[in-house]
Amino acid sequence: MNPDRRQFLGWGAAAAAALAPGFRLIELAQARSPQEAASKLQRWGLLIDITKCSDCDACVTACHEENGVTSLGRPATDAQWIRKVSLRDKRTGYAQTLPLMCQHCEHPPCVDVCPTGASFKRDDGIVLVDKHTCIGCRYCVMACPYGARSFVHEAVSGQKADVPRGKGTVESCTLCVHRVDRGETPACVAACNKDGGKAMAFGDLNDPSSDIHRRLRSEPSSQIRADLALNTGVRYQGL
Amino acid sequence: MMRIAAGIMAAVLTVAAHADAPKFKIERGEACVAPTAEMRRDHMKMLLHQRDRTMRLGLREPRFSLKNCVDCHASRETGSVLGKDGFCSSCHEYAAVSVDCFECHTPLQQKRAAAKP
Repeated sequence: MNPDRRQFLGWGAAAAAALAPGFRLIELAQARSPQEAASKLQRWGLLIDITKCSDCDACVTACHEENGVTSLGRPATDAQWIRKVSLRDKRTGYAQTLPLMCQHCEHPPCVDVCPTGASFKRDDGIVLVDKHTCIGCRYCVMACPYGARSFVHEAVSGQKADVPRGKGTVESCTLCVHRVDRGETPACVAACNKDGGKAMAFGDLNDPSSDIHRRLRSEPSSQIRADLALNTGVRYQGL
Repeated sequence: MMRIAAGIMAAVLTVAAHADAPKFKIERGEACVAPTAEMRRDHMKMLLHQRDRTMRLGLREPRFSLKNCVDCHASRETGSVLGKDGFCSSCHEYAAVSVDCFECHTPLQQKRAAAKP
């Protein structure tokens, strides 16, 4: 190694050491500007405290209102982005209820099986369906262990400007990606905090200063089907 | 001689095409995001490019967004870019090119889309 090169490396080490702790060369942005792409520095997620979740369905109503998901009165084929699941311990009779939606896995099976690449994970951890390339094969519907995906069986009208929906494609919870990109929380979380039991929290799982990160660090929480090692972005407490 | 004849033919055809070409009103704004000739020829490329950037990268740049197209170009009466004299449909019907955007995307202006159930 010639001395110049050694000296240069030495300066680099000194510069790295000079960075104060807590100072980041790349700052974790909170609300992105429209010119800024979704970043791997962030991972959006939810923390749902089931002990505070009661019999209401404010989250379901708000989600379907926000995303223009309307019922055609045919429960077998109606799209469902989020649903309330009731659990009951057969021995003790202890009953619980929880909202279940796309868990925004780090290793999503729906993405693995998609033959066209329509099912994909955005850099900030949100799992989405690109309906432009979705061919409606429904492999992802079968692959998802949470039953989170729905197929649109019938022609749709009255879509929201931010949420395109159409016949022949698969859809699921988008974590209200259009709201998140504006710096807002998903509709279910907003509704739960307004009309419900304040059971749902939204935040960046990667940001150590975020409330959700602090709670996950200091309180017990669990993933549904943690045995599948999908590392879900939606975590539950009190399950 | 042949070249002149071809020139005359082309001129006649252009005039004929313009005579029954669709007439549409541009409802809002002084100028589009690109010159008219470029928009006529390349609007689908812009939309396709923007579509992937928005969907895959999360870039919601307003310049070539379909939502902004609709907001400016929707008819004042119906609030839509489709329909008989709709900005998109009138030209696409004339050119016999199907427009698939509105199978999924709302053809209504944001205000109206929000008001509709």
